[in-house]
Amino acid sequence: MKLSLNQKILSRNEEYAQKNRAFFAKHKVLCLNVISSPGAGKTTTLARTIRDMKDTLTIGVIEGDIKTDTDAQKIRAAGAEAVQIETKGACHLSAEQVHGVLKSIHADTKDVVFIENVGNLVCPSAFDLGEHKRVVILSIPEGDDKPVKYPGTFAGADVVLVNKIDLSDYIEFNLQRVLADICAVNPDAQIYQVSAATGEGMDAWYDWLCQQRQQITE
Amino acid sequence: MHETSVAESILSTILETAGRVNAQPVGATISCGQFNALNDEVMNFAFETAAAGTVCEGMTLTIRHVPLRATCRQCGTTFEFDIYRPVCRQCSSAEFVFKPDAPLLLETIEFKDGKE
Repeated sequence: MKLSLNQKILSRNEEYAQKNRAFFAKHKVLCLNVISSPGAGKTTTLARTIRDMKDTLTIGVIEGDIKTDTDAQKIRAAGAEAVQIETKGACHLSAEQVHGVLKSIHADTKDVVFIENVGNLVCPSAFDLGEHKRVVILSIPEGDDKPVKYPGTFAGADVVLVNKIDLSDYIEFNLQRVLADICAVNPDAQIYQVSAATGEGMDAWYDWLCQQRQQITE
Repeated sequence: MHETSVAESILSTILETAGRVNAQPVGATISCGQFNALNDEVMNFAFETAAAGTVCEGMTLTIRHVPLRATCRQCGTTFEFDIYRPVCRQCSSAEFVFKPDAPLLLETIEFKDGKE
């Protein structure tokens, strides 16, 4: 006997993603899911954004890590509220895990909530967390072949931050190739070249952030 | 290794369905698109591990990879998109409009006959 189901496999995740989406809509908070490899500069980018935008946006961060709360500590040191999810081995955040900490983020007092996903360029892209937009960070030292190797992740990005451009004099990195490869799988992605360490190029990212924030409050 | 989460999700649906129809599951077919592609070897291993000790132990899992279709913005040709060779087959342009990528689906579950 063969039963035809055609059921979405991650439907449980989708149910929670919908709940999260409703939560962010109700509280008029912009939610961004930040995905990158380990070491691409997610935390540094967020910490700089928090510091530079402190007079404009109140930011909260949900931190996903396999273990430890060192990233959450860096976020708090930058002046923002942070909630830590320890995934205890899991390589991505699920919508259900995010749902479990929503109350702790004090959404009513925030303009933007970032979800810093577990460092991994493959698995997080399969899990909708209920975010408004998805941010993928690619750093120059990782190499210019990443969009070709991880097309699914780049296809799902609304914004790609090409980070650590301050190192471009020291590391071989074909930026034109990266731009073309991202464009091939995702012609609508906004791409900004930034250095979270020096602040170079960050203004364009901040403008995008403010625009998105404005759109959800209109 | 999102395959682990996928395996757990499939397993819980199969167990629930098997209990409902009171039959022994022997096989299942899942399908995925190109962007959320599953690695067959990892997927099978994850499912075997998750299924061990349940009525699903020993089940055959078939994974169907659904091609992604794209239309070239230059010449209008629609073709099966190869993410490792992102150019139009007809005119070599690199500008496309994509059809939606296939979702992760549990398509069918097969049960041993005669136990219904």
